[in-house]
Order: sequence, then structure tokens, then C-alpha cells
Amino acid sequence: MKIIIIGCGKVGVALAGQLTQEEHDVVLIDVSAARIQSIAEEIDAIKLVGNGASIAIQTEAGVEKADIMIAVTGSDELNLLCCVIAKKAGDCHTIARVRNPIYYEEIEFIREKLGISMILNPEYAAANEISRILRFPSAIKIDPFAKGRAELVKFKVLPEFKLDGLSVMDIDSKYHCDVLISGVEREDEVVIPDGKYIIRNGDIVSIMAAPRNSMEFFKKIGVQTNPVTSTMIIGGSKIAVYLARQLSSMHIRVKIIERDKKRCDELSELLPETLIINGDGSNRDLLREEGLDQAEAFVTLTSMDEENVFLALFAKEISKAKLVTKINRIAFDEIVNRMDLGSLIHPKFITADSILQHVRAMQNTIGSNVETLYHILDGKAEALEFLIREDSEVTNIPLMKIRLKDNLLIGCINRGGVIRIPRGQDHIQKGDTVIVVTSHKGLSDIRDILKK
Amino acid sequence: MNYSIIVYIIGWILNIEAVLLLLPCIVAVIYREPSGVSLAVTAAACLVLGVLLVLRKPKRQIFYAAEGFVTVSLSWVVLSVMGALPFFLSGYIPNPVDALFETVSGFTTTGASILTSVEALPNCLLFWRSFTHWIGGMGVLVFLLCLLPMAGGSRMNLMKAESPGPSVSRLVPKVQTTAKILYEIYIVMTIIEIVLLLLGGMPLFDALTSAFGTAGTGGFGIKNDSFASYSPYLQNVVTVFMILFGINFNAYFFIIMGKAKQAFQMEEVRAYLLVIGASIVAITWNTLEIFQSVGLAFQQAAFQVGSIVTTTGFATTDFDKWPQASRTILVMLMFMGACAGSTGGGMKVSRFLILIKTVKKELVQLVHPNAVKKIKMDGKIVEHEVVRATNVYCVAYVLIFAASMLLIAVDEQTLVTNFTAVAATFNNIGPGLDVVGPSGNFSIFSNFSKGILIFDMLAGRLEIFPILVLFSRETWRKF
Repeated sequence: MKIIIIGCGKVGVALAGQLTQEEHDVVLIDVSAARIQSIAEEIDAIKLVGNGASIAIQTEAGVEKADIMIAVTGSDELNLLCCVIAKKAGDCHTIARVRNPIYYEEIEFIREKLGISMILNPEYAAANEISRILRFPSAIKIDPFAKGRAELVKFKVLPEFKLDGLSVMDIDSKYHCDVLISGVEREDEVVIPDGKYIIRNGDIVSIMAAPRNSMEFFKKIGVQTNPVTSTMIIGGSKIAVYLARQLSSMHIRVKIIERDKKRCDELSELLPETLIINGDGSNRDLLREEGLDQAEAFVTLTSMDEENVFLALFAKEISKAKLVTKINRIAFDEIVNRMDLGSLIHPKFITADSILQHVRAMQNTIGSNVETLYHILDGKAEALEFLIREDSEVTNIPLMKIRLKDNLLIGCINRGGVIRIPRGQDHIQKGDTVIVVTSHKGLSDIRDILKK
Repeated sequence: MNYSIIVYIIGWILNIEAVLLLLPCIVAVIYREPSGVSLAVTAAACLVLGVLLVLRKPKRQIFYAAEGFVTVSLSWVVLSVMGALPFFLSGYIPNPVDALFETVSGFTTTGASILTSVEALPNCLLFWRSFTHWIGGMGVLVFLLCLLPMAGGSRMNLMKAESPGPSVSRLVPKVQTTAKILYEIYIVMTIIEIVLLLLGGMPLFDALTSAFGTAGTGGFGIKNDSFASYSPYLQNVVTVFMILFGINFNAYFFIIMGKAKQAFQMEEVRAYLLVIGASIVAITWNTLEIFQSVGLAFQQAAFQVGSIVTTTGFATTDFDKWPQASRTILVMLMFMGACAGSTGGGMKVSRFLILIKTVKKELVQLVHPNAVKKIKMDGKIVEHEVVRATNVYCVAYVLIFAASMLLIAVDEQTLVTNFTAVAATFNNIGPGLDVVGPSGNFSIFSNFSKGILIFDMLAGRLEIFPILVLFSRETWRKF
């Protein structure tokens, strides 16, 4: 497909990287020549300098023949304008990033009237992800599928769960819970396990299940399943605003520490129920005075990755709080991972993921469709949700008779709203949605799960 | 909330109280009074409790704003409850609420009494009663700050909560040294007053108790007629010292440092002296008919004005019988009170100055809506935060005042009695007008109303917010 990306910030570049890897034709546009030049040569795309909202530039980028135009510049208005122009000039699908909370409240109206295919708010998406984690703090990450009917929950195996040395099959027969162990991270290695795989302490395990079943499983193995009751947030960014709203509505007490006095005034206006503290989040005394040692969750959302990491390490020292650390750039991701900073949030991944998901869904004209896509297991694997629109080689035959690719699992089947963890004799049929977990990238059709 | 440090500090407060209680014990030994036993028992109880509480040194010595407020408020409550025991145990004040009222009145330097006859008390209890004024005047936590090793920021949090006035200034970089200097000034001035009183022929016991009452701007006398029966010389000495103790102690520090000029340039001190001067002149003129001579009227007016404006509450005459204009002036003075950073109570002169300047600024801004104007005091800009805090203080003051009046109204006393009773306790003065006037006392109130007035006295001494913090849910939240 032909894709135009306007705006080469963090998200734009990450997206271009992913899309070129998946063999799409990408054109990148940015106003800054310096930024265009700084994009690494590995990204195999045309790079243009200019204002993306100008018809001349869009024409030069080939908007008439483009399939998708993605506007991810720093300005909401510019993004929307780019989309409107691209729609009129080329009649392609358009995707815009809009972050201003005021527009976002009216987003459905804007989307419909301007004929934009998809509007993304990365901050809102990140806040959603964090609040999901805080509802179940023992998890490192929770990704919902099938409109929340199923979820992929990632957690760390601790000695007190007594899972060490058990194989995936043993765990299944010991606890009789309808859950599927669909991924294991051990050191730098990522495995999509089969039944004989042995779990060790310290492994990071992802399980796929309906929320009720995963809770039952966690209760059985002795994991704390209560949501947090108090949260301290460092940095009053947009994510903090969305997050504080969501948490307050769940009666979780929230304190936000923000350095800038003016921003504090705005926050206090936006969040009447939240306690806004004006101060430097890296001031140890301030953190203690505001009761960090009593906080049940500590979310660092400053714009400095280094500060976020250090603060999280400090909080780990003096409190038992669930840590959520925002990472904007990931140059040293193995090191950060090894530090055990609780849940890491990568806003640029969250944005890129949703856009990719949309791109793949559009790419499919034949029968099945990618509904949801997540990068899981540190971006080394993907979980995809397919909607089965018509019969094919994989439907109506027991799963044990299908030769699946290695490192690929069918996580669950959603049939008319009922989530089932598939066993060998189950089959896929028309109308199901199927969630597939795999380390193969670029699957776009349900038939891609077959070994070739 | 760091509970262990709060408990630890309160333990030290009890230990200090135990030591302070030894002084009246000595008095009891000298006069061979059996009620000294109750003092000794209380001292022992304080010591045992105190030692038990300080046995476990808290791991984290730091404490923050919230702990500072809670510690100070609780310390004052504990101090008062223990201090009330001697009166109760000795049987001289059999009603525990009365005993507490008397002690709180002492520590908060109010000087309001429920006793119908002060002279009926033995000397040791009279001594303790007056001594509580001296302890409460400068503040027991400020005293503790001089002794206890603590992190600087923690000290400031305590000092802020206990010291009167809209903002606390450090005299020297170290809070501990500031506290020491304050106490040194306090002690030296008290000693000078004692010497001057002795020179005037006052017995030692009377001189000590009077000096304590003056220094703390308290007002407990040891005679039923307060100060009326002492010679004019003694009355004048007390007049001068009452006014001196009502001055911001920073002024004395400037004088010690050889910057006397700066001391007299302090706007607050000037305003304070100006108001006193004007009030004395007005009352002298107004009471000429009663006293028949200008000299006597002036002397009596000066004593009463000094007593009321510094919130001491001694009396040499029943000013309740004065003409209405004079009575009104005195009631007005009750609200103004002494300078910030002194031992006096009331709303403080500096707050009034800030408020008046705020009104002036508002007037300018009404005429020039876009004007930018800062409020200045002593040539320095008054931070917006201080102005805001002063305004909020006034609102809280009025609300508590109104609520207290409403609550004690159930006792069916006259409006003047109720109004001045609340004014006299909330501003830490002592006598009011009518039934609670200089010749009356507070025994006519019910236990419930006494409870309200006890709260008012504590709130007044600690300047409202530290006490209110105790009742806020936010304070006790774990996170």
C-alpha cells in the first residue's frame, strides 16, 4: 500500500519503521529539513521537506494514488487540516493525531464531519493502559481483546506462587482455570510455549483469558488482585489529566506533583478532586512529605526518561508502591527492562500500534480482518485479533489437525461473546473472532497462521 | 504521618513539664503547704509517662508541615491536661472541667479564671497558675527547640505552628539559635521586671508571680482585686512591661545588635505604640469625671489600655463601670491585640496593617482596574501568600467567633457577657465586660460553654489553624 506520513516526530518515525518493514511504500513529510535528514537510512522511504497541509507537497508525495495519509505532526489543527486536504485531493483514508482534550471531547463530531477514518489520542490511550494496570497492580501489562471480553495479562512469577518447575500442562491440570499461557520472557529470550515448557521463578508470563477467569487463576496462585486505593503521579502531563480523571471516577485518591506553577493552576481547574502539589518531583523530602511511603502506586510521567527511571528506582527503595514508568525514547531498553521498574509505558508504541492495526485492517480485502493488534512480549511478538468473515482452509476443522507455524498459538476464540480457550478438538468457524499470539511479524490474514 | 516522632516530641514535652512542676513544689516546701503533694504526684506522673514515650527514638527524625501542626496542637492539649491535675488532685478546683479551664487559661496566657476567690488557693498552686503564663508566653515547643537536636526544616515546621503572627522570621540563619535568642530576651526582661518590682517594695512571691503574668501577657493575679491594691509605682512598672512584652521580639534583637533605629522603624511597632498612645489619651479624657485628676486618670487609663491591648488582663480598677466610649475602645483593643512575634494574643497589629493596606490597594484597583500594586511592610514586599493567609485567618476568626457565641448563648447570659467572654478568651485576654468583667469571673458558665471557651483559648493562642488541622480529615489520611 502507499502510505504518506506527515510529521516525523517519535511516532512518525516509529511508524515509518514498522510500515517499511511490512513492505509498504512510505512517503515521509516534515517541515524541518534537519529532522528529515536525521532520519536513519534504514527507513526505506521517500523523504520530503515541506508543509504537509500544502496541496503542492501532498501532490508531490502522490496523494492521488495514496491509500492512507497519516498526520502526526505536533499540532492538532495542522493534522486535521492535512487530513481534510488529503481527503479532498486524493480520496484516501486519513488518520490524524489529536491530543487537545477540548477537541477530543468532540472527537466523534469532528471525525464524521471531516471524513477522517481514524483519530488517535496517544495520551488518552496511554492513560487507559495505565489505569487498567492500576486496577490490577500485580500485572505488568494488560491488553484487552474482543472489546474487553478477553485480556492478555503479563505478570512476573514470584517464588510464593509455587509455579517454579511446573510445565504449562501441569499448571493447567493443577488449577483447572480457563487460561492459556501464551508467552514467556526469560532474560532476553521470548518464547511462545507449548505444553511441555517449564516455568521458572522470575519468568515474565503472559496469560490469555476472560477477565473473570484470569482473576480466578490469580487468586488460586495467591496473587493480590485488589485495585490500588491511592496513586502518586509525577508530572502533570496530558496523560496525567486523563489518568487522574479515570482513577478519581474509580474512587482512587490521586496526588499529582508538578514543577510548573502555571500548569498546576490549570491542573487544579481540570481536576477538582485531585490534590495538585506544586514542587519538584525529584525532591526526596517533598515525596516523603506527600506520603510516597504510603502510596500504593507511583506513576512517573515526566518528559525526561532518566528522571522517570530514577524516581521509580527511588520509590522502589522506600515504598511498596506499584511502579508505572513512562519511557519516551528507548535507546537502552534491555537495561531499563532489567531494572525491574514495574510496568513500562511507551506512548509512541501505543500510537504506532493502533495505527498499524488500522492499516492492516484496511489492507485486508479478502475475508478476514485484523481487528486488534498489540505488540507484546517487549515488541518481540504480536497478538492479533482476526474476524473470520468467510470460510477458508482453517475453518471448520479441529485445531489439532491444522499445521500451525512454530511459535504461534491460537489464544482464544470469541464466539458470540463467549470466550473459549481453544483445545485440540475445537474449531474456528465463520463469525468468530480469533486471537493469535505469534512472534512472526506482519500477519494480515487468518490463513497466514498455516505452516507453509 | 510520622506518628512515632509526634509521640516522641510529646514525651519530651511531658519531661519538661515534670521539671517545670518542680518549681511550685519548692514553693510548697518553703511555705510548708500540704497541697504540694498534688504537684509532686503530677510531676512524677509526667516524668514516668514522658520517659516511657521517649524511650523509643523514632527511626526517622524528620517531620513535615502536617506533623508540625499536629505535634504542636497535641502538645498543648497534653500540657494542659497534665497541668490541670494539681488543681484537681488538691481538691481546690473539684470540677475537672474547671481545672482544665484554669490551666488552659494559664498556658494560653489568657488569664480568665473560674475562681471566685483567688486568695483561697495555697501559694504553691498560685505560683503554678502564674508560672503557666510564663511557660505558655514564649511557647513550650520553642523552648524544646532550644534543647532537642533536630533537622533544620523540622524545627521550622514546629516554630511556624507555635509562633504568633502572619509570618515567622528567623533572626539568625539557624532556627535553634533563633529560639535560644528569643528565650534569652524573654528571661532577661522577666528578671529586670522582677528586680524593679522588688525595688518598689513588693514581696518576692508577689514579684515573681506578677512578672510571670506580665511576661507571658497572661493576667492571673494572686489577689482578688488583681492589681488594685499595689502602689502606683508597681502598677506603672507593670504597665511599662506589659507594653514591652507586647512588642515584636525582633525589635529587641535589633536593639541587641545595635540597630536601635531599625527597631523603631518597624511599622508594626510604631502602629502599636501609636494606637496605645491614642487610646490612653482618649480614655483619660473620657474618664476624667470618675478619677477627678488628670494624673490618676492617665495612670489608670495607661494600665488598663496596656493590659487589654497586650492581652494580659490585669486590672487596677473595674473598667466595666467606665463610660461607654472607654469600654468600647477597650473592646476594640481586645481584637487588635499585640504585635506579631510577641507573647501577646489577639489578631495582631501586623495583620491589621496588612488588611488595611489590602483595602487601600483594592481602592486603587477599583479606580485603575489594570493597576499592578504590591503591598509593602517595612520596605519589603508582603508576599501574596501572606496576604491570602491573613485574609483567610480573618474569615476563620470571624466564623469561629460567631459559632462560639452562638453555642455559649444557650447559657442565657447577656449579649455583652457572651460577646466579651468569647473575645476575652479567643484573644487570650482574660476579663471581659459585664458578668465576666474584671470583678467577675467565668464560673457562671456551664461545663459545655467552658469547653467551647477552652477551645477558643487554644485556637486563639495557636492562631486557629494548627488546632483546626487536628479536625481535618486530610490530616489523618494515610495518603
